[in-house]
Amino acid sequence: MIKIENLHASIDGNEILKGINLEVKAGEVHAIMGPNGSGKSTLANVLAGRDEYKVSEGSVIFLGEDLLDMEPEDRSRAGLFLAFQYPVEIPGVSNINFLKTAINEAREKKGLKPMSAKDFLRRVKEKSKLVELGGRLANRSVNEGFSGGEKKRNEIFQMAMLEPKLSILDETDSGLDIDALRIVANGVNELKTKDNASIVITHYQRLLDYIIPDFVHVLYKGKIVKTGPKELALELEEKGYDWIIQEQETIST
Amino acid sequence: MEVLQETKDMTAKEQFLSHFDTQDFSFDESFSIEKREEAKKIIEDLSFPTSKDEYWKYTRTNRIVKGKYSISIPENEMELDLAIPSKNCIVLVNGYYSPELSFIESAEGILFSSLSKAKSSNEMVQKHFGSLTKKDEIFAMINTAYHQDGAVLHLGKNVQANEVYYIINLIDDDHILSNPRNFIFMEQGSNAKVVLKTINSSNTGTFTNMVTEVFVEKNAQLEINKVQDESESSFQIATEQIVQANDSTFKINTFTLSGNIVRNNLNIDSLGKNTMTYLNGLYPLKGKQHVDNHSYLLHREPNCESHELYKGILNDQSTGVFNGKVFVHREAQKTNAFQSNANIVMSDTATINSKPELEIYADDVKCSHGSTTGQLDDEALFYLRARGLSKESARAVLVNAFASDVIEQIGVEAIKDEIKQFIDDNYQGIK
Ligand SMILES: Nc1ncnc2c1ncn2[C@@H]1O[C@H](COP(=O)(O)OP(=O)(O)O)[C@@H](O)[C@H]1O
Ligand SMILES: [Mg+2]
Repeated sequence: MIKIENLHASIDGNEILKGINLEVKAGEVHAIMGPNGSGKSTLANVLAGRDEYKVSEGSVIFLGEDLLDMEPEDRSRAGLFLAFQYPVEIPGVSNINFLKTAINEAREKKGLKPMSAKDFLRRVKEKSKLVELGGRLANRSVNEGFSGGEKKRNEIFQMAMLEPKLSILDETDSGLDIDALRIVANGVNELKTKDNASIVITHYQRLLDYIIPDFVHVLYKGKIVKTGPKELALELEEKGYDWIIQEQETIST
Repeated sequence: MEVLQETKDMTAKEQFLSHFDTQDFSFDESFSIEKREEAKKIIEDLSFPTSKDEYWKYTRTNRIVKGKYSISIPENEMELDLAIPSKNCIVLVNGYYSPELSFIESAEGILFSSLSKAKSSNEMVQKHFGSLTKKDEIFAMINTAYHQDGAVLHLGKNVQANEVYYIINLIDDDHILSNPRNFIFMEQGSNAKVVLKTINSSNTGTFTNMVTEVFVEKNAQLEINKVQDESESSFQIATEQIVQANDSTFKINTFTLSGNIVRNNLNIDSLGKNTMTYLNGLYPLKGKQHVDNHSYLLHREPNCESHELYKGILNDQSTGVFNGKVFVHREAQKTNAFQSNANIVMSDTATINSKPELEIYADDVKCSHGSTTGQLDDEALFYLRARGLSKESARAVLVNAFASDVIEQIGVEAIKDEIKQFIDDNYQGIK
């Protein structure tokens, strides 16, 4: 699905990602954990195409194509989705209408007819049920006045609407109470098929009680310093990151 | 040789005024001829504004007044491919009334006609024509002295207009100079919506100097949607003088879509108690456009409310000027006056001069003013693109969202659609 090799990226001249290697195959769930500031969101944003970040080295192949060469919208249309750590509020832009435009532009690119209003509304209804947003989306501006939990659920709703191949969830669990967490995790699990994959960024283990990862990676100072099975998450929960950091520093000295 | 010499010695003002030498106004009603003569006398003592005049500080009139123009009634106006409504619509071509292009329905209690016709028959025009026009403003005085024709809308007591009234000034020849003149009188308790539109099929440095006088009597309601859509090289100075009596509501929405130099002088005198006033504006600019919105709202009496909202979108090397003043008189207690100007600057070479002003002499009032200037939100742009919207659509969506609260003020669906369409068409294509 996606193959990241030796990825280096910087912002304002500071190198944040220092050689990331990661391969995700169809049907897999990968968790990326790591202390604050280690570069998790940077990785997510670089993959989504945010141009403030400069890629200086490395390559990313997504479904056989050079991802780094694509505009953000083309990445989305190719099937990549980022659930933002901090979803943006956009006053005056209808949450539903902009999705309709997005979906129909993507369809147009693929030579498909626009989705009928009826089909679109049916999909909205079905998918908002999934994240228990009900009628609260209609007539509202993108994320405007949403609570933290609503914003995160709205991200999953949009993901459900766009049916991506690869979803990257950047701390979708942070700031959620246990009910909201379950709703979000349910949404993600419902959407899981053998043909799609996700990268779940979190620094709490608790989300991984609901979304069971195939692999857990630890990102530290811009590098993946440890990879293990789902049990690694539990170990991190118990012992924190210090032992990995120490291990890491022993290696580098 | 002699002629050339003479031209050289003429002042800019004399030269500009010489354009009118060929015009003959002897057909006009005597009260109107008197006004013309009076205005000509006043003009003798006035001069064109320079950068030293505070009121004109950011807008140079040099290029406007030094232009070489012609004044003419078009001969061939049938080949028009312009969307002109075929109902309740007065069309002026180059400032002259066009009976061929106009559509006038008669309705009980409503006079909708050319100014020249109304001058001979309408009591309100005969009584009040010119009474609101400021005598210290040279362009308004030039209009009074040399106006060709215009439109009159007069609603009788308690008459509710069910239709929208369109007044369209079309420029249809090269280098046209025109002085259209409109007059709107809303008697007590009447209600109407008007579209005041300027369009231009010639792209040759024309100058439209329009004046509109508006009377909104007790408890009457009027909405004007002013759409300025001339050409890339047109100049326009538009002056509206409004008086509002007790319990009246007046709304004006100004949309400046095209024009090389456009200057709006909007002067509202709220004479009565309990009035409501709305002033909205949208100026999406590109190229080297220069658009200057000056507004002056005078609250004289208690318990009045006003809302002013102007928004600009500035591309390329365009320049926007916003100068809005709200004056609250000592007597005007319990005034609620809100004023706001917001701008999005889309390029490094675009400029905006924004000056919202409140001058308050009453102590029990609620007033606020503010001005913001910024760029399109990069984070929002990225968010939309990450969901699959092209860069162009994402921009269009954000520009639309920015403009939406002004557009929502339009009470005429067709105009609302037109402005939305304009934004869509223009902001899909921008880099
Ligand atoms: N826009 C930015 N400008 C400057 N520094 C940034 C920016 N974004 C992230 N950084 C820096 O990059 C590092 C990694 O940040 P981030 O990727 O957000 O970490 P994480 O998501 O793992 O907490 C931090 O040191 C942060 O300060
Ligand atoms: Mg982060």
